[in-house]
Amino acid sequence: MDESLPFDRLPRVELRAISKHFGRGEARVDALVDIKLTVRAGEVVGLRGPSGCGKSTLLNVIGCVTEPSSGWMQLDGEPVYDGRFLRSDLRRLRLTKIGFIFQTHNLLPFLTATENIAEAMELAGIRRHEARERAEALLDYFDMRQMRAYPSELSGGMAQRVAIARAIANSPHIILADEPTAPLDSVRAGAVMDLLTRIAADQHAAVLVVTHDESIFHRFDRLIGMRDGRIEGEQVPAHPALAP
Amino acid sequence: MNLALRDVRRNKLRFALTALGVGMLLGVVIAMTGIYEGALADALALPRALRADLWVVQQRTFGPFAEPSRIPRDTRELIRRMPGVAAAGAVTFQTVQTRVGPKPVRLFLEGYEVGRLGGPANIIAGHGLTESHYQIVVDTSSGLHLGENVPLGPYHDPYTVVGLTRGMVSSGGDPMAWVNLLDAQALQFAVPPALERREQASGRSPPTTTDINAVLVRLSPGASVKAVAADIARWKHLSAVPEAEEESYLTLFVIQKMQQQLGMFMGVLVAVSAVIITLIIYTLTMDKLRSIATLKFIGAPDRVIIAMIVQQALALGLSGFGVGLVLIEQVKGYFPRRVQIETRDLLIILAIVTVVCLAGSMLGVRAAVKVNAAEALASG
Repeated sequence: MDESLPFDRLPRVELRAISKHFGRGEARVDALVDIKLTVRAGEVVGLRGPSGCGKSTLLNVIGCVTEPSSGWMQLDGEPVYDGRFLRSDLRRLRLTKIGFIFQTHNLLPFLTATENIAEAMELAGIRRHEARERAEALLDYFDMRQMRAYPSELSGGMAQRVAIARAIANSPHIILADEPTAPLDSVRAGAVMDLLTRIAADQHAAVLVVTHDESIFHRFDRLIGMRDGRIEGEQVPAHPALAP
Repeated sequence: MNLALRDVRRNKLRFALTALGVGMLLGVVIAMTGIYEGALADALALPRALRADLWVVQQRTFGPFAEPSRIPRDTRELIRRMPGVAAAGAVTFQTVQTRVGPKPVRLFLEGYEVGRLGGPANIIAGHGLTESHYQIVVDTSSGLHLGENVPLGPYHDPYTVVGLTRGMVSSGGDPMAWVNLLDAQALQFAVPPALERREQASGRSPPTTTDINAVLVRLSPGASVKAVAADIARWKHLSAVPEAEEESYLTLFVIQKMQQQLGMFMGVLVAVSAVIITLIIYTLTMDKLRSIATLKFIGAPDRVIIAMIVQQALALGLSGFGVGLVLIEQVKGYFPRRVQIETRDLLIILAIVTVVCLAGSMLGVRAAVKVNAAEALASG
């Protein structure tokens, strides 16, 4: 890690020449080709592109869920997939350094809102009582009052807020969100983006968001385009009010 | 509270219904073992209640339960006078079918000499025989009551119920009954007068009505069962079967086929139950695949996921076992034959259920560990 950089500019995600293919021979599909990407602390980066261009695969590779076929990756200053990494190391990284937010909330249906968040903390080794208190504090931070409600009893927006709270429960430095605003209306989508921006700023986290939602493009610090498994380019989106 | 219990807590009704289904299945398994044990207990109830050291029967036969045995009545006197014999009692056995009011009644009737070996044990109401004729002691499983008249024999002589026993049935499941030896001999061997006249006219002697089926022997303290049995066989030309051997004849010859039948059926039932429980556990795990994928995504170690599946499988199996046991305990009294639930059998079934649940959950665990979290969530 480059210690000379200010804390809020540290690279949280660094990818060099990352490629991922599925299948062999004629059935081979190149999902990611020679990806080079850096996301720094405090940055909220959007990832867009047509369906099947590799956005979710890229998120899964960064999230240590899918192993790349080749390339080099460093998360929060720690090299990953360098041959010395075990499956349990990847699990530890997912638990402590990465927070996932999905298109659907994917909360555990048999746990209450508080328990869903506390479970992530307990898995990281935090005692149950403390985890419960911290989970309630997090829900309070998100203005959530239905702490004992089950996911099926929450609205889509509320469930997504609980999912975001779970994603940041262990104060991860990397937050990966796969179309988190897709099922929400524009008001709730804006609220979710507000939350992600606030988390990026408060926790110095790198936030990478896959999205098709043009209404939130202006909320990103950078917007990266993808096509056919490659990064096509990036732009700094202008606020709609400033658009020509 | 761990994840498995939280899942149960959230889905109480589904879990309860599944446990009820598994419980009914295991209840049938428990009932079958109970019927198996009950058949054995029924078969051995009479010889054990009579508490004889030796059963003296016709030469080269295996005793009154395994095959016919017919010996003269004075055999009891001969045996009683032998060294080492403390008491002896002559008995006959026969199955009778009659009707008490509109109700058909089938009894396994024992004739015995009042005051000698062979009388009814476990009298729970009334008393033993006090008159020379026309009294009967019956088991409660016959449905008869004290004071009722039971018509027996070709002339439907009324026998009054003077005593009731409990838990005394034959190896075939018929309720036991006791009458005076003379009455029993008349019922078993007497022929109608017309038939007797015909026998006499054709030059044949009329059949004797004083034969007995066996003599029960109780030995003096210190007397050797083996030695007395050998003396009886050598000098009286009879077979003397020790009590333990008589019991083994019953289990070997009389109820063996039924036991084998029940055993085979039980084996099939256990196998079917195992397959069904395994499928239920596997299906329950597959229903949770999305939750399992989420747990993997957030970094849950495999042991947390495995524990959730295994604990839930065990919770289901053990709850089902409990439900099945309670169900059978409630309804076993309504079975036409004894259902005897033994702790040893319950422990075996519990062990089988545990193994089946563990094996069943292993299928689920395998699927859960192999599942690609990204694909599982994407496909949702």
